Amino acid sequence: MMTPPRMGATHLCTKTGTTRAYVLHPFAICLLVPVVLLAACRQDMHDQPRFKPLRQSDFFADLRSARLPVQGTVARGQLHEDSYFYTGKLGNNPGDYMPFPVTEEVLARGQQRFNIYCAPCHSRLGDGNGMIPQRGFRHPPSYHDERLRKAPLGYFFDVMTNGFGAMPDYASQIPVRDRWCIVAYIRALQLSQGATAADVPPGQKVPSEPPVFGEPGSGATPTPTIDGEQR
Amino acid sequence: MQIFHRSTNTISRATIFGAVFIIAILLWGSIQWQRSPYVTYAKVARPQPVPFSHQHHVAGLGIDCRYCHTSVETSSFAGIPPTKTCMNCHSQIWSGAPMLEPVRESFRSGKSLVWNRVNDLPDFVYFNHSIHINKGVGCDTCHGPVDRMPLMFNYASLQMEWCLDCHRAPEKYLRPREQVFNMRYEQPSSDKPATLDGKQYTDQLSLGTDLVHKYNLRSVADITSCSTCHR
Ligand code: HEC
Ligand code: HEC
Ligand code: HEC
Ligand code: HEC
Ligand code: HEC
Ligand code: HEC
Repeated sequence: MMTPPRMGATHLCTKTGTTRAYVLHPFAICLLVPVVLLAACRQDMHDQPRFKPLRQSDFFADLRSARLPVQGTVARGQLHEDSYFYTGKLGNNPGDYMPFPVTEEVLARGQQRFNIYCAPCHSRLGDGNGMIPQRGFRHPPSYHDERLRKAPLGYFFDVMTNGFGAMPDYASQIPVRDRWCIVAYIRALQLSQGATAADVPPGQKVPSEPPVFGEPGSGATPTPTIDGEQR
Repeated sequence: MQIFHRSTNTISRATIFGAVFIIAILLWGSIQWQRSPYVTYAKVARPQPVPFSHQHHVAGLGIDCRYCHTSVETSSFAGIPPTKTCMNCHSQIWSGAPMLEPVRESFRSGKSLVWNRVNDLPDFVYFNHSIHINKGVGCDTCHGPVDRMPLMFNYASLQMEWCLDCHRAPEKYLRPREQVFNMRYEQPSSDKPATLDGKQYTDQLSLGTDLVHKYNLRSVADITSCSTCHR
């Protein structure tokens, strides 16, 4: 029988009913099964039996995977021997010196941290008219009151560490060194309020440009720059 | 004997040809479906025990991200604030609101508030916030306009292709470090040039390329190697 060349195709075609099933089935499996299983498979290695920070644990009654150190133990690096650095106090009274030298860098860091943690209530000027008191929180006193201008440095450190009256403590949010940087910055803020032209050392230029602030509500606390280097 | 009509020739060819298309469409569909919010949950707000609004606290009150997410600059984990942080203000503000009852209940009893995770990478992926923050990747590049989110949702798919898109060309996204926390940052354009170290930039690529050098970014080969993220 003479088979025209094209009959080959027809021959295949006659079998489509079955061939299609064979040809398509592996494909269908390759395609559809992953599609269907993708959703189901996703979690296999995604949730491994180990703890990322703050993950819930079913083992402990309080469900916390992060545990407190056993009572009476001190972790490496957490033995607070230099007590003035950690309390701001000499005996029972606040001391009036910084535990480390104040440099431009310390002040810049203090300014940035002050604007993050204190300014919501005390305002960037330190006058106590921040956003939160405007919404009903107790009004804090101005740092430029006579009493607080005379307060020793260690006192500010102590207020941050232990709180004061209606003011919450910031010990868990601000590391110790940063708290001291803020202390230095508050003192600088206080001094700046009473400063006159005579306080400017000869030869020092006072910038006359107005300061630039981030767009209100952007959530940004601009980082101060020193000689174009940001700290 | 001719069982099949001649037209089946055409049908058979069309079927073979069509199968290719059907397979291609199925493949394309499943890939797209894999990327869609049905799978990634991108832009789907999650219910929370307390309807905490970033829009209200960040844009409305001007609170910096670091007030609550204290460890974002120094550790892999950004940190979810403890109940105490909320009570800093809510001890006095809206202190009777039923909406905040879970917060007060948690503060009284010491039981943790259980927030629903929004951005959740699988456990076989290593991610680190501090390096991204310190190399000038803004929060909103990854998390979107947080200051306009009444309820938190994840902005990006968090899929591997998304991470790699940036790791292959970080200069497309980098910004000066002091702008990282600014949710309204705009990339430089000829209308809004940016100045850095006394140099003016009118487009993102030239700024980004300079920042890559300034911040000493590692090579693209290094940060796209599998062991950077799968370790
Ligand atoms: C949630 C709002 C709030 C924040 C944030 C806040 N304070 Fe206060 N602060 C207050 C209030 C309210 C008072 C007044 C307390 C009182 O008289 O009961 C106060 C008082 C003070 C005082 C004066 C204590 C005195 O002797 O009168 C100092 C110093 C102080 N705060 C420092 C700080 C520092 C430093 C920070 C940043 C780490 C800070 N505060 C952040 C609300 C706040
Ligand atoms: C007043 C405290 C507070 C401030 C300020 C704040 N957050 Fe949050 N943030 C929270 C709380 C509480 C949650 C957990 C509840 C939720 O997911 O909405 C959270 C969740 C998040 C999440 C999602 C976490 C997850 O589950 O994946 C992101 C992302 C985030 N915050 C980014 C930011 C950014 C960016 C800023 C600064 C613009 C910021 N936050 C400022 C308290 C705060
Ligand atoms: C720095 C102060 C501050 C902190 C910290 C803070 N809040 Fe608020 N929050 C406010 C103020 C102020 C308001 C009310 C603003 C107003 O009256 O317009 C508010 C309003 C709210 C509301 C009311 C609903 C709304 O419109 O958003 C909720 C819910 C809330 N806060 C939850 C929280 C939770 C949860 C936390 C802890 C993660 C928290 N807040 C931390 C200051 C704060
Ligand atoms: C390079 C992208 C990227 C940048 C930039 C980024 N994040 Fe994230 N963030 C993520 C990813 C991815 C996760 C999920 C991490 C996980 O599941 O382990 C996450 C999770 C979080 C969480 C939940 C808790 C956690 O750490 O897992 C918070 C809160 C958060 N980010 C806040 C911030 C803030 C605030 C900033 C800006 C200072 C920021 N993020 C910048 C990608 C980013
Ligand atoms: C918008 C840009 C961007 C995105 C999106 C992004 N990264 Fe990165 N990532 C960077 C930059 C920039 C670096 C710093 C590289 C360097 O140090 O040279 C980095 C570094 C890293 C490192 C190295 C950390 C270390 O200590 O070695 C890891 C891990 C990482 N990224 C994981 C991820 C993961 C996982 C994702 C996705 C969930 C992601 N990144 C998304 C820009 C990005
Ligand atoms: C920049 C970070 C990054 C790098 C580099 C990276 N990955 Fe991934 N990878 C991810 C993330 C994030 C996911 C999770 C994706 C998801 O949740 O869908 C992932 C998921 C995967 C998965 C699992 C996919 C799934 O759906 O279960 C595999 C397999 C994988 N990566 C292989 C690799 C290989 C091989 C390389 C090197 C060529 C590599 N990755 C490099 C971030 C990265």
